[in-house]
Amino acid sequence: MSGASVTGPSRRLKWAAGILVVGYALITLMPLLWIMATGFKTSPDSIAYPPKVIFAPSLEGYVNLFTTQTRQTADYLAANPPQTWYEKIVHDRGMVITGTSRFGERFMNSVIIGFGSTFLSVVLGTLAAYAFSRYRIPLKDDLMFFILSTRMMPPVAVAIPIFLMFRNLGLSDTHAGMILLYTAVNLSLAVWLLKGFIDEIPREYEEAALIDGYTRFQAFTKVVLPQAATGIASTAIFCLIFAWNEYAFAVLLTSGTAQTAPPFIPTIIGVGGRDWPAVAAGATIFLVPVVVFTVLLRKHLLRGITFGAVRK
Amino acid sequence: MPETAMDSVARATPPRVARRIRGLSDRMIAWIFVAPTIFLLLAINIFPLIWTIRLSFTNFRANRPNAETAWVGLRNYERILSDPDIWQTMQATAHFLFWTLFFQVLIGFALAWLINAKFRGSNFWTTIIVLPMMLSPAVVGNFWTFLYQPQIGLFNYVVAFFSGADPTGFTMIGEVALAPWAIVIVDTWMWTPFVMLICLAGLRSIPESIYEAAECDRASKWRQFWTITVPMVLPFLMLAVLFRGIENFKMFDLVVQLTGGGPGSTTELTSINLKREAFEKWRTGYASAYAVILFVTVFGLASIYVKALNKVKER
Repeated sequence: MSGASVTGPSRRLKWAAGILVVGYALITLMPLLWIMATGFKTSPDSIAYPPKVIFAPSLEGYVNLFTTQTRQTADYLAANPPQTWYEKIVHDRGMVITGTSRFGERFMNSVIIGFGSTFLSVVLGTLAAYAFSRYRIPLKDDLMFFILSTRMMPPVAVAIPIFLMFRNLGLSDTHAGMILLYTAVNLSLAVWLLKGFIDEIPREYEEAALIDGYTRFQAFTKVVLPQAATGIASTAIFCLIFAWNEYAFAVLLTSGTAQTAPPFIPTIIGVGGRDWPAVAAGATIFLVPVVVFTVLLRKHLLRGITFGAVRK
Repeated sequence: MPETAMDSVARATPPRVARRIRGLSDRMIAWIFVAPTIFLLLAINIFPLIWTIRLSFTNFRANRPNAETAWVGLRNYERILSDPDIWQTMQATAHFLFWTLFFQVLIGFALAWLINAKFRGSNFWTTIIVLPMMLSPAVVGNFWTFLYQPQIGLFNYVVAFFSGADPTGFTMIGEVALAPWAIVIVDTWMWTPFVMLICLAGLRSIPESIYEAAECDRASKWRQFWTITVPMVLPFLMLAVLFRGIENFKMFDLVVQLTGGGPGSTTELTSINLKREAFEKWRTGYASAYAVILFVTVFGLASIYVKALNKVKER
């Protein structure tokens, strides 16, 4: 390997390409870094002109995100000195904490609905994908296309009858309703992705197991499932990210009990103008898990975003 | 290919083995495995779709469930198709669709081509570039309204810094002339990596030997690019355009958070308009007809496009 092939890019081109790509990456990262930075600013710092790049970090945004507060008189504040570090942050701004905010609750809703629907869609999706991969099913291609086509409807259009249906069934604004809905939406992705993964497992493995006396079901659980583990895991992460990020259904079909974080975060307001550090803190807490998952997923990313159409 | 594999398995499996599956035939297992998925999709997708079609012929209003509902025939459809506001909405959607696809294809392909030069650290930087598209559009879109603030917003500050304009002199999401571009910019920022990843897969699928052969024929790099690289990546690029096209036709979360359809109705895309009709004005019957029209449009356009895509692939 001399490294300098006739057709490969020249050293100069590599340098130029590297500089351009890194430049783009840094620009594209700016808004995300700005969200994280704003979360650690004080309110005045967050709206300073010119925008502050260097600032004294503060946890004010995070404290505001998790608490509700009210303004108090100087006498009251003097008579009730702060007990903890977070009370002190609030106290210094002439406020006192009156309770916890709804952010924790909404975040937990996202966790419950996200994991619940991911679990269901991966279980159902694996079963269906296995059947589609291994058996002759009448109208197989039509069924597969039908499963995919359910993704083409605009969510707002689907939400109209779902809204009426949920109202009649008592599923409006419930965790169960949202889990079912997200499962249905994610199933198309799960079936298509998992079919691709299962197609890649040689049939000979199962045949060997059947000859060894396994039943079909045992061959499925003891041979196919372990082989498909990576595929199932990455499908699960894709479903989780979708349910985690989903906004249209959440904002149209939930209002209180089952509301997830995406419709909630934009409604965070402070006392006197929008509390951008609190919004940024909420966004940071909400976005960081997805960033971690994306890094874990990078090998299967392409496959996931194209429903398995492009496998690299 | 899969057919022949299946046939060989069928031949290799002796009937004795097949009979060993106690009680359950293969056909039974297949149906038991597929049934829950089909059932759920029927219940949550097809049943509502049929209901929508039915509602679209009525004047039903969801906020008055007990009021008398009348059958109005095709009147909802007539009204929608003759409504100039809806055509304005369609225009806004077309503007958004065209320019987001234009920029994303251009920048996405260029980035993929550069990354394919395989410089040191290219994998790491690819992962960084991909991050925006994985994040929640509503949460990120909401934060962009902060970046777009006149004076204090980072976007205005940076643009003003490089162009010398006054950072308080323009409001990206508040001006009729700028708002349509404000949503194009954020969508392009978010989704260019999607096109890039697919193009990269296309570029990597081109066998080195083709370039070597072209090199032997003394084809210039420029000629190689247009006669080998572009045609070979084209099917991938078209697939990316299909995905982005459908997604952006449905666009709701990002834009509703950024501009809410405003100022006026300059960025009121079809989904936002539909939401207003269905969940603010509560004209459920009318909105259902609207939904059916949108679905037929996206489905029709997508099928035509897929046919074209298959033709390109065959070449």
